[in-house]
Amino acid sequence: MTGLDLAFAATGLITAAAAALAVTTRQVVHSALWLVVALLGLAGCYLVLGAELVALVQLLVYVGAVVVLIIVALMLTRAPIGPRAEHSTGRAHRVLAGCVGAGTGGLVAAVLLPTATRAQVRPAGSEELARQIFSTWVWPFELLSLLLLAALVGAFAVSGLTTADTSGEDAR
Amino acid sequence: MIHTAGPQLLASLLIGLGLYGILARRNAVLMLVGAELVLAGGGLLLVTAGAVGRDPSWSGQVLTLFVITIAAAEVVVALAVIVAAYRRRGHIDLSGDAG
Repeated sequence: MTGLDLAFAATGLITAAAAALAVTTRQVVHSALWLVVALLGLAGCYLVLGAELVALVQLLVYVGAVVVLIIVALMLTRAPIGPRAEHSTGRAHRVLAGCVGAGTGGLVAAVLLPTATRAQVRPAGSEELARQIFSTWVWPFELLSLLLLAALVGAFAVSGLTTADTSGEDAR
Repeated sequence: MIHTAGPQLLASLLIGLGLYGILARRNAVLMLVGAELVLAGGGLLLVTAGAVGRDPSWSGQVLTLFVITIAAAEVVVALAVIVAAYRRRGHIDLSGDAG
């Protein structure tokens, strides 16, 4: 049990507990806020594993942008504030979902855990990582910018289509 | 030195919890929260593999950056679809009938 192990156990426990609360809480807004905690904990895990840049990108993109988007979408779709019974699924549904989730998680763990070893963590090297992104991975990187553009245009197209449709319905 | 059982256990836990969130939620936005958790588990596995292996191209960390970016694009499109569905149907209840 080294210091890194202890640090990872602490951040990992925070992440796991927050993730469990995010998928089980009955309050819709709390779910998004627990997701923030889970993703922050995950950024801490990345830091422990020596991936500084990934932890920072996780903070900027996930905690800064994606969660804000999710909260805005919750507001736009008028999510109920406070616990609501009619928004939760039945007990049988939840038990079945829990079985599928536990089965898949257990399967992944059963495949991965036999490969677990005690290993040296690679020291963080953002310079070398940057060099690799802009040499080995430059074409996927460029394609990724195209993908982002396509996603943005697609989102605009989807919202534009429906406003045209609903205005037609309003006129009817 | 770190034992890789911890990160691998956490990743499988995140994947299982995310799948539960996708299957058990009726609100479409909350289903996305589950999908984010599954992606987070995948990213953690990639970073773990990159941290303890010795790949010269740093693929673990670079692919995690790509996964985070693709997840952002996915969330944008998914939320656009959800907001459009809300405008048309008046609710985003996944178990409700499509109006």
